[in-house]
Amino acid sequence: MEELVSIFVRAIFIDNMVFAYFLGMCSYLAVSRTVNTSVGLGAAVVFVLGFTVPVNYLLQNYILGRGALAWLGPQFASVDLSFLTFIMFIAIIAAMVQLVEMLIEKLSPTLYSSLGIFLPLIAVNCSILGGSLFMQERNYANMSEAVSFGLGSGVGFFVAIVGIAAIREKIRYSNVPAPLRGLGITYIITGLMGIAFMSFMGIEL
Amino acid sequence: MSEEKNTAPKETLFSPRNKKLLSEPIGKENPITVQVLGICSVLAITVQVRASLVMAISVVAVMGFANVIISLLRHGIPPRIRIIVQLTVIAALVILVDQVLKAFVYDVSRQLSVFVGLIITNCIIMGRLEAFALNNKVWPSFLDGIGNAAGYGSILLLVAAVRELLGAGTLMGYQIIPNFMYQIGYVDNGLMILPPMALITVGVIIWVHRHRDRSLVDVS
Repeated sequence: MEELVSIFVRAIFIDNMVFAYFLGMCSYLAVSRTVNTSVGLGAAVVFVLGFTVPVNYLLQNYILGRGALAWLGPQFASVDLSFLTFIMFIAIIAAMVQLVEMLIEKLSPTLYSSLGIFLPLIAVNCSILGGSLFMQERNYANMSEAVSFGLGSGVGFFVAIVGIAAIREKIRYSNVPAPLRGLGITYIITGLMGIAFMSFMGIEL
Repeated sequence: MSEEKNTAPKETLFSPRNKKLLSEPIGKENPITVQVLGICSVLAITVQVRASLVMAISVVAVMGFANVIISLLRHGIPPRIRIIVQLTVIAALVILVDQVLKAFVYDVSRQLSVFVGLIITNCIIMGRLEAFALNNKVWPSFLDGIGNAAGYGSILLLVAAVRELLGAGTLMGYQIIPNFMYQIGYVDNGLMILPPMALITVGVIIWVHRHRDRSLVDVS
Protein backbone atom coordinates (compact mmCIF):
# COMPACT_ATOMS: atom_id res chain seq x y z
CA MET A 1 0.00 0.00 0.00
CA GLU A 2 2.78 2.36 0.97
CA GLU A 3 4.48 1.59 -2.33
CA LEU A 4 1.34 2.49 -4.27
CA VAL A 5 0.94 5.84 -2.55
CA SER A 6 4.57 6.59 -3.19
CA ILE A 7 4.24 5.85 -6.92
CA PHE A 8 1.11 7.97 -7.07
CA VAL A 9 2.71 10.98 -5.38
CA ARG A 10 5.92 10.61 -7.40
CA ALA A 11 3.93 10.66 -10.64
CA ILE A 12 2.07 13.81 -9.64
CA PHE A 13 4.84 15.96 -8.25
CA ILE A 14 8.30 14.65 -9.02
CA ASP A 15 7.85 13.07 -12.44
CA ASN A 16 5.11 15.44 -13.50
CA MET A 17 4.16 14.73 -17.13
CA VAL A 18 4.15 18.37 -18.11
CA PHE A 19 6.91 19.93 -16.08
CA ALA A 20 9.46 17.15 -16.00
CA TYR A 21 8.91 15.49 -19.40
CA PHE A 22 6.92 18.05 -21.39
CA LEU A 23 4.40 15.49 -22.53
CA GLY A 24 1.00 16.60 -23.70
CA MET A 25 2.40 20.06 -24.31
CA CYS A 26 0.36 20.64 -27.46
CA SER A 27 -3.03 20.31 -25.82
CA TYR A 28 -1.65 21.90 -22.67
CA LEU A 29 -0.94 25.08 -24.63
CA ALA A 30 -3.98 24.94 -26.89
CA VAL A 31 -6.71 24.26 -24.32
CA SER A 32 -5.48 26.34 -21.38
CA ARG A 33 -7.17 29.62 -22.25
CA THR A 34 -9.92 29.25 -19.65
CA VAL A 35 -10.16 27.24 -16.44
CA ASN A 36 -13.43 25.54 -17.42
CA THR A 37 -12.21 23.88 -20.58
CA SER A 38 -8.93 22.93 -18.97
CA VAL A 39 -10.76 21.14 -16.14
CA GLY A 40 -12.64 19.17 -18.81
CA LEU A 41 -9.47 18.15 -20.63
CA GLY A 42 -7.65 17.38 -17.41
CA ALA A 43 -10.46 15.09 -16.23
CA ALA A 44 -10.52 13.30 -19.57
CA VAL A 45 -6.76 12.71 -19.41
CA VAL A 46 -7.03 11.28 -15.87
CA PHE A 47 -9.72 8.88 -17.09
CA VAL A 48 -7.90 7.73 -20.19
CA LEU A 49 -4.50 7.37 -18.52
CA GLY A 50 -6.11 5.44 -15.68
CA PHE A 51 -7.52 2.99 -18.24
CA THR A 52 -4.82 2.71 -20.87
CA VAL A 53 -1.75 2.28 -18.67
CA PRO A 54 -3.08 -0.89 -16.96
CA VAL A 55 -4.36 -2.34 -20.24
CA ASN A 56 -1.02 -1.72 -21.92
CA TYR A 57 0.64 -3.20 -18.84
CA LEU A 58 -1.24 -6.46 -19.44
CA LEU A 59 -0.35 -6.30 -23.13
CA GLN A 60 3.31 -5.76 -22.34
CA ASN A 61 3.52 -8.58 -19.81
CA TYR A 62 1.43 -11.22 -21.53
CA ILE A 63 2.05 -10.58 -25.23
CA LEU A 64 4.82 -8.17 -26.15
CA GLY A 65 7.71 -8.57 -23.74
CA ARG A 66 10.57 -11.05 -23.98
CA GLY A 67 9.24 -14.44 -22.95
CA ALA A 68 5.81 -13.00 -22.24
CA LEU A 69 4.14 -15.53 -24.50
CA ALA A 70 5.33 -18.42 -22.31
CA TRP A 71 1.76 -19.01 -21.12
CA LEU A 72 0.93 -20.32 -24.60
CA GLY A 73 3.41 -23.15 -24.26
CA PRO A 74 7.15 -23.67 -23.79
CA GLN A 75 7.95 -23.26 -27.50
CA PHE A 76 6.90 -19.59 -27.29
CA ALA A 77 9.13 -18.79 -24.34
CA SER A 78 11.86 -17.19 -26.44
CA VAL A 79 9.60 -15.00 -28.60
CA ASP A 80 10.27 -11.28 -28.26
CA LEU A 81 7.67 -9.06 -29.88
CA SER A 82 8.80 -5.81 -28.33
CA PHE A 83 9.44 -4.21 -31.73
CA LEU A 84 5.66 -4.13 -32.14
CA THR A 85 5.28 -1.99 -29.01
CA PHE A 86 4.50 1.34 -30.65
CA ILE A 87 1.89 0.09 -33.08
CA MET A 88 0.14 -2.05 -30.45
CA PHE A 89 0.13 0.67 -27.79
CA ILE A 90 -1.25 3.29 -30.12
CA ALA A 91 -3.94 0.91 -31.35
CA ILE A 92 -4.93 0.12 -27.76
CA ILE A 93 -5.00 3.81 -26.93
CA ALA A 94 -7.19 4.70 -29.91
CA ALA A 95 -9.54 1.84 -29.06
CA MET A 96 -9.62 2.64 -25.35
CA VAL A 97 -10.39 6.28 -26.02
CA GLN A 98 -13.33 5.19 -28.13
CA LEU A 99 -14.44 2.80 -25.40
CA VAL A 100 -14.08 5.31 -22.59
CA GLU A 101 -16.04 7.77 -24.67
CA MET A 102 -18.89 5.29 -25.08
CA LEU A 103 -18.81 4.33 -21.40
CA ILE A 104 -18.98 7.91 -20.21
CA GLU A 105 -21.76 8.69 -22.66
CA LYS A 106 -23.76 5.77 -21.25
CA LEU A 107 -23.02 6.26 -17.55
CA SER A 108 -22.87 10.01 -17.15
CA PRO A 109 -24.28 12.14 -19.96
CA THR A 110 -23.53 15.37 -18.06
CA LEU A 111 -19.84 14.57 -17.79
CA TYR A 112 -19.88 13.49 -21.43
CA SER A 113 -21.27 16.78 -22.63
CA SER A 114 -18.85 18.76 -20.52
CA LEU A 115 -15.85 16.84 -21.88
CA GLY A 116 -17.20 17.23 -25.40
CA ILE A 117 -14.59 17.39 -28.13
CA PHE A 118 -11.63 16.69 -25.83
CA LEU A 119 -12.20 12.97 -25.48
CA PRO A 120 -11.48 11.98 -29.10
CA LEU A 121 -8.57 14.43 -29.25
CA ILE A 122 -6.86 12.63 -26.43
CA ALA A 123 -5.87 9.74 -28.68
CA VAL A 124 -3.10 11.90 -30.10
CA ASN A 125 -2.10 13.50 -26.80
CA CYS A 126 1.50 12.48 -26.23
CA SER A 127 1.10 12.19 -22.47
CA ILE A 128 -1.09 9.12 -22.99
CA LEU A 129 1.37 7.22 -25.15
CA GLY A 130 4.18 8.60 -23.00
CA GLY A 131 2.53 7.18 -19.88
CA SER A 132 2.43 3.72 -21.42
CA LEU A 133 6.02 3.93 -22.68
CA PHE A 134 7.31 5.07 -19.29
CA MET A 135 5.38 2.22 -17.68
CA GLN A 136 7.17 -0.15 -20.05
CA GLU A 137 10.56 1.38 -19.34
CA ARG A 138 10.20 1.35 -15.56
CA ASN A 139 8.99 -2.24 -15.27
CA TYR A 140 6.32 -1.91 -12.62
CA ALA A 141 5.97 -5.03 -10.53
CA ASN A 142 2.24 -5.59 -10.69
CA MET A 143 -1.05 -4.36 -12.02
CA SER A 144 -1.96 -2.10 -9.10
CA GLU A 145 1.33 -0.24 -9.40
CA ALA A 146 0.56 0.41 -13.06
CA VAL A 147 -2.92 1.68 -12.15
CA SER A 148 -1.51 3.99 -9.52
CA PHE A 149 1.15 5.29 -11.94
CA GLY A 150 -1.47 5.94 -14.62
CA LEU A 151 -3.80 7.78 -12.30
CA GLY A 152 -0.94 9.76 -10.76
CA SER A 153 0.31 10.90 -14.15
CA GLY A 154 -3.19 11.95 -15.09
CA VAL A 155 -3.64 13.95 -11.91
CA GLY A 156 -0.26 15.57 -12.51
CA PHE A 157 -1.41 16.72 -15.93
CA PHE A 158 -4.68 17.93 -14.42
CA VAL A 159 -2.86 20.02 -11.79
CA ALA A 160 -0.56 21.51 -14.42
CA ILE A 161 -3.22 22.47 -16.95
CA VAL A 162 -5.62 23.93 -14.41
CA GLY A 163 -2.77 25.93 -12.87
CA ILE A 164 -1.63 27.44 -16.15
CA ALA A 165 -5.21 28.21 -17.20
CA ALA A 166 -5.80 30.13 -13.98
CA ILE A 167 -2.58 32.11 -14.49
CA ARG A 168 -3.45 32.83 -18.11
CA GLU A 169 -6.85 34.16 -17.13
CA LYS A 170 -5.20 36.59 -14.74
CA ILE A 171 -2.36 37.61 -17.01
CA ARG A 172 -4.77 38.99 -19.56
CA TYR A 173 -4.91 42.10 -17.40
CA SER A 174 -1.15 42.57 -17.28
CA ASN A 175 0.98 44.62 -19.59
CA VAL A 176 3.01 41.97 -21.40
CA PRO A 177 5.32 43.14 -24.23
CA ALA A 178 3.42 42.70 -27.49
CA PRO A 179 5.66 40.08 -29.18
CA LEU A 180 5.61 37.98 -26.03
CA ARG A 181 1.83 37.95 -25.68
CA GLY A 182 -0.01 34.64 -25.91
CA LEU A 183 2.35 31.81 -26.68
CA GLY A 184 5.64 33.36 -25.57
CA ILE A 185 4.62 34.33 -22.08
CA THR A 186 2.86 31.00 -21.62
CA TYR A 187 6.12 29.20 -22.28
CA ILE A 188 8.01 31.35 -19.84
CA ILE A 189 5.37 30.92 -17.12
CA THR A 190 5.43 27.16 -17.69
CA GLY A 191 9.19 27.27 -17.29
CA LEU A 192 8.85 29.11 -13.99
CA MET A 193 6.21 26.63 -12.81
CA GLY A 194 8.58 23.86 -13.80
CA ILE A 195 11.32 25.39 -11.66
CA ALA A 196 8.86 25.52 -8.76
CA PHE A 197 7.98 21.85 -9.26
CA MET A 198 11.67 20.97 -9.28
CA SER A 199 11.75 21.74 -5.59
CA PHE A 200 10.00 18.39 -5.09
CA MET A 201 12.87 16.62 -6.78
CA GLY A 202 15.01 15.69 -3.81
CA ILE A 203 12.11 14.13 -1.90
CA GLU A 204 12.59 10.43 -1.25
CA LEU A 205 9.40 8.46 -0.91
CA MET B 1 -3.43 16.32 -73.66
CA SER B 2 -2.92 14.19 -70.65
CA GLU B 3 0.76 15.00 -70.66
CA GLU B 4 0.03 18.68 -70.66
CA LYS B 5 -2.32 18.21 -67.77
CA ASN B 6 0.42 16.49 -65.89
CA THR B 7 3.06 19.09 -66.49
CA ALA B 8 0.87 22.14 -66.03
CA PRO B 9 0.54 22.09 -62.23
CA LYS B 10 3.99 20.61 -61.79
CA GLU B 11 5.91 23.16 -63.87
CA THR B 12 9.43 22.41 -62.79
CA LEU B 13 10.23 20.40 -59.73
CA PHE B 14 11.33 23.51 -57.87
CA SER B 15 8.84 26.08 -59.10
CA PRO B 16 8.36 29.16 -56.89
CA ARG B 17 5.26 27.61 -55.39
CA ASN B 18 7.05 24.43 -54.46
CA LYS B 19 10.03 26.32 -53.09
CA LYS B 20 7.66 28.23 -50.88
CA LEU B 21 6.42 24.94 -49.43
CA LEU B 22 9.97 24.26 -48.36
CA SER B 23 10.96 27.68 -47.09
CA GLU B 24 7.79 28.96 -45.42
CA PRO B 25 7.80 26.46 -42.54
CA ILE B 26 11.35 27.38 -41.66
CA GLY B 27 10.48 31.02 -41.10
CA LYS B 28 7.02 32.52 -41.27
CA GLU B 29 5.01 29.33 -40.84
CA ASN B 30 7.35 27.61 -38.41
CA PRO B 31 5.56 24.63 -36.88
CA ILE B 32 6.86 25.30 -33.42
CA THR B 33 6.86 29.04 -32.93
CA VAL B 34 3.82 29.85 -35.08
CA GLN B 35 1.64 26.79 -35.59
CA VAL B 36 2.29 25.48 -32.04
CA LEU B 37 2.66 21.88 -33.12
CA GLY B 38 5.00 19.19 -31.86
CA ILE B 39 6.39 20.91 -28.84
CA CYS B 40 6.77 17.99 -26.48
CA SER B 41 9.93 16.60 -27.96
CA VAL B 42 11.56 19.97 -28.58
CA LEU B 43 11.72 20.55 -24.90
CA ALA B 44 12.75 17.21 -23.59
CA ILE B 45 15.67 16.20 -25.76
CA THR B 46 17.44 19.48 -26.33
CA VAL B 47 20.07 19.11 -23.65
CA GLN B 48 22.68 18.09 -26.21
CA VAL B 49 23.10 19.00 -29.86
CA ARG B 50 23.96 15.42 -30.84
CA ALA B 51 20.70 13.94 -29.58
CA SER B 52 18.70 16.75 -31.14
CA LEU B 53 20.39 16.22 -34.48
CA VAL B 54 19.48 12.54 -34.46
CA MET B 55 15.92 13.42 -33.46
CA ALA B 56 15.64 16.07 -36.19
CA ILE B 57 16.84 13.64 -38.86
CA SER B 58 14.39 10.98 -37.62
CA VAL B 59 11.50 13.41 -37.80
CA VAL B 60 12.50 14.56 -41.30
CA ALA B 61 12.55 10.94 -42.46
CA VAL B 62 9.27 9.96 -40.83
CA MET B 63 7.49 13.06 -41.97
CA GLY B 64 8.68 13.02 -45.56
CA PHE B 65 7.69 9.39 -46.05
CA ALA B 66 4.44 9.62 -44.09
CA ASN B 67 3.34 12.54 -46.25
CA VAL B 68 4.24 10.63 -49.42
CA ILE B 69 2.40 7.48 -48.33
CA ILE B 70 -0.73 9.29 -47.20
CA SER B 71 -0.69 11.40 -50.34
CA LEU B 72 -0.50 8.25 -52.48
CA LEU B 73 -3.37 6.68 -50.54
CA ARG B 74 -5.45 9.82 -50.34
CA HIS B 75 -8.15 8.62 -52.72
CA GLY B 76 -8.42 5.23 -51.05
CA ILE B 77 -8.80 6.25 -47.42
CA PRO B 78 -12.39 6.44 -46.16
CA PRO B 79 -12.69 9.75 -44.28
CA ARG B 80 -14.18 8.16 -41.17
CA ILE B 81 -11.21 5.98 -40.35
CA ARG B 82 -8.48 8.25 -41.64
CA ILE B 83 -7.02 8.92 -38.19
CA ILE B 84 -6.40 5.24 -37.57
CA VAL B 85 -4.86 4.85 -41.03
CA GLN B 86 -2.59 7.81 -40.43
CA LEU B 87 -1.54 6.55 -37.01
CA THR B 88 -0.77 3.13 -38.43
CA VAL B 89 1.38 4.53 -41.24
CA ILE B 90 3.25 6.79 -38.82
CA ALA B 91 3.70 4.04 -36.25
CA ALA B 92 5.12 1.68 -38.88
CA LEU B 93 7.62 4.32 -40.02
CA VAL B 94 8.60 5.12 -36.45
CA ILE B 95 9.25 1.44 -35.74
CA LEU B 96 11.64 1.42 -38.71
CA VAL B 97 13.42 4.54 -37.46
CA ASP B 98 13.64 3.12 -33.95
CA GLN B 99 15.20 -0.12 -35.16
CA VAL B 100 17.72 1.79 -37.32
CA LEU B 101 18.68 4.02 -34.40
CA LYS B 102 19.10 1.02 -32.10
CA ALA B 103 21.34 -0.63 -34.67
CA PHE B 104 23.62 2.30 -35.54
CA VAL B 105 23.61 4.87 -32.71
CA TYR B 106 22.67 2.82 -29.69
CA ASP B 107 23.85 5.34 -27.07
CA VAL B 108 21.78 8.16 -28.55
CA SER B 109 18.81 5.82 -28.84
CA ARG B 110 19.11 5.06 -25.11
CA GLN B 111 19.28 8.77 -24.38
CA LEU B 112 16.19 9.60 -26.42
CA SER B 113 14.39 6.77 -24.58
CA VAL B 114 10.63 7.11 -25.01
CA PHE B 115 10.85 10.14 -27.22
CA VAL B 116 11.52 8.16 -30.39
CA GLY B 117 8.21 6.40 -29.80
CA LEU B 118 6.55 9.69 -29.13
CA ILE B 119 7.25 10.82 -32.70
CA ILE B 120 4.02 8.90 -33.38
CA THR B 121 1.98 11.36 -31.40
CA ASN B 122 4.03 14.34 -32.48
CA CYS B 123 1.28 16.60 -33.61
CA ILE B 124 3.29 18.17 -36.45
CA ILE B 125 3.08 14.93 -38.35
CA MET B 126 -0.63 14.33 -37.81
CA GLY B 127 -1.31 18.01 -38.38
CA ARG B 128 0.46 18.16 -41.73
CA LEU B 129 -1.07 14.90 -42.88
CA GLU B 130 -4.53 16.22 -42.12
CA ALA B 131 -3.94 19.71 -43.44
CA PHE B 132 -1.84 19.01 -46.49
CA ALA B 133 -1.10 15.47 -47.60
CA LEU B 134 -4.75 14.39 -47.70
CA ASN B 135 -5.53 16.95 -50.41
CA ASN B 136 -2.36 17.34 -52.39
CA LYS B 137 -0.21 15.57 -54.95
CA VAL B 138 2.75 13.46 -53.93
CA TRP B 139 5.64 15.80 -54.74
CA PRO B 140 4.24 18.93 -53.02
CA SER B 141 3.30 16.78 -50.03
CA PHE B 142 6.84 15.46 -49.82
CA LEU B 143 8.24 19.01 -49.93
CA ASP B 144 5.73 20.15 -47.32
CA GLY B 145 6.74 17.30 -45.04
CA ILE B 146 10.45 17.96 -45.45
CA GLY B 147 9.94 21.71 -45.03
CA ASN B 148 7.94 21.41 -41.84
CA ALA B 149 10.30 18.85 -40.39
CA ALA B 150 13.20 21.14 -41.24
CA GLY B 151 11.48 24.05 -39.52
CA TYR B 152 11.00 21.81 -36.50
CA GLY B 153 14.60 20.62 -36.65
CA SER B 154 16.01 24.12 -36.92
CA ILE B 155 14.32 25.21 -33.69
CA LEU B 156 15.39 21.96 -32.07
CA LEU B 157 19.04 22.56 -32.96
CA LEU B 158 18.89 26.21 -31.95
CA VAL B 159 17.51 25.43 -28.50
CA ALA B 160 19.96 22.56 -28.08
CA ALA B 161 22.91 24.74 -29.09
CA VAL B 162 21.98 27.46 -26.60
CA ARG B 163 21.43 24.97 -23.79
CA GLU B 164 24.56 22.93 -24.41
CA LEU B 165 26.79 25.96 -24.86
CA LEU B 166 25.62 27.74 -21.74
CA GLY B 167 24.98 24.64 -19.69
CA ALA B 168 28.05 22.54 -20.40
CA GLY B 169 30.36 24.77 -22.45
CA THR B 170 30.39 22.31 -25.32
CA LEU B 171 28.83 21.84 -28.76
CA MET B 172 28.36 18.34 -30.20
CA GLY B 173 30.49 17.18 -27.28
CA TYR B 174 33.49 19.37 -28.20
CA GLN B 175 34.63 21.94 -25.69
CA ILE B 176 33.95 25.48 -26.91
CA ILE B 177 34.55 27.64 -23.85
CA PRO B 178 38.38 27.79 -23.55
CA ASN B 179 40.04 26.56 -20.37
CA PHE B 180 41.41 29.96 -19.33
CA MET B 181 37.85 31.20 -18.98
CA TYR B 182 37.24 28.56 -16.34
CA GLN B 183 40.51 29.50 -14.65
CA ILE B 184 39.47 33.14 -14.28
CA GLY B 185 36.27 32.05 -12.65
CA TYR B 186 33.71 31.29 -15.39
CA VAL B 187 31.24 28.64 -14.30
CA ASP B 188 28.82 26.69 -16.49
CA ASN B 189 25.23 27.54 -15.82
CA GLY B 190 23.88 24.25 -14.51
CA LEU B 191 20.33 25.56 -14.65
CA MET B 192 20.39 25.42 -18.46
CA ILE B 193 20.62 21.62 -18.35
CA LEU B 194 17.43 21.35 -16.32
CA PRO B 195 14.10 20.90 -18.14
CA PRO B 196 12.43 24.23 -17.28
CA MET B 197 15.10 26.23 -19.08
CA ALA B 198 14.10 24.61 -22.38
CA LEU B 199 10.70 26.25 -22.03
CA ILE B 200 12.18 29.60 -21.23
CA THR B 201 14.63 29.35 -24.15
CA VAL B 202 11.78 28.58 -26.55
CA GLY B 203 9.80 31.46 -25.05
CA VAL B 204 12.69 33.84 -25.76
CA ILE B 205 13.07 32.49 -29.32
CA ILE B 206 9.38 33.16 -29.91
CA TRP B 207 9.82 36.64 -28.49
CA VAL B 208 12.69 37.43 -30.85
CA HIS B 209 10.91 35.87 -33.83
CA ARG B 210 7.74 37.86 -33.27
CA HIS B 211 9.65 41.03 -32.54
CA ARG B 212 11.27 40.81 -35.97
CA ASP B 213 8.06 39.87 -37.73
CA ARG B 214 5.30 41.99 -36.26
CA SER B 215 2.55 40.33 -38.32
CA LEU B 216 2.81 37.27 -36.07
CA VAL B 217 2.02 39.12 -32.85
CA ASP B 218 -0.86 37.59 -30.93
CA VAL B 219 -3.54 40.25 -30.66
CA SER B 220 -6.10 38.35 -28.60
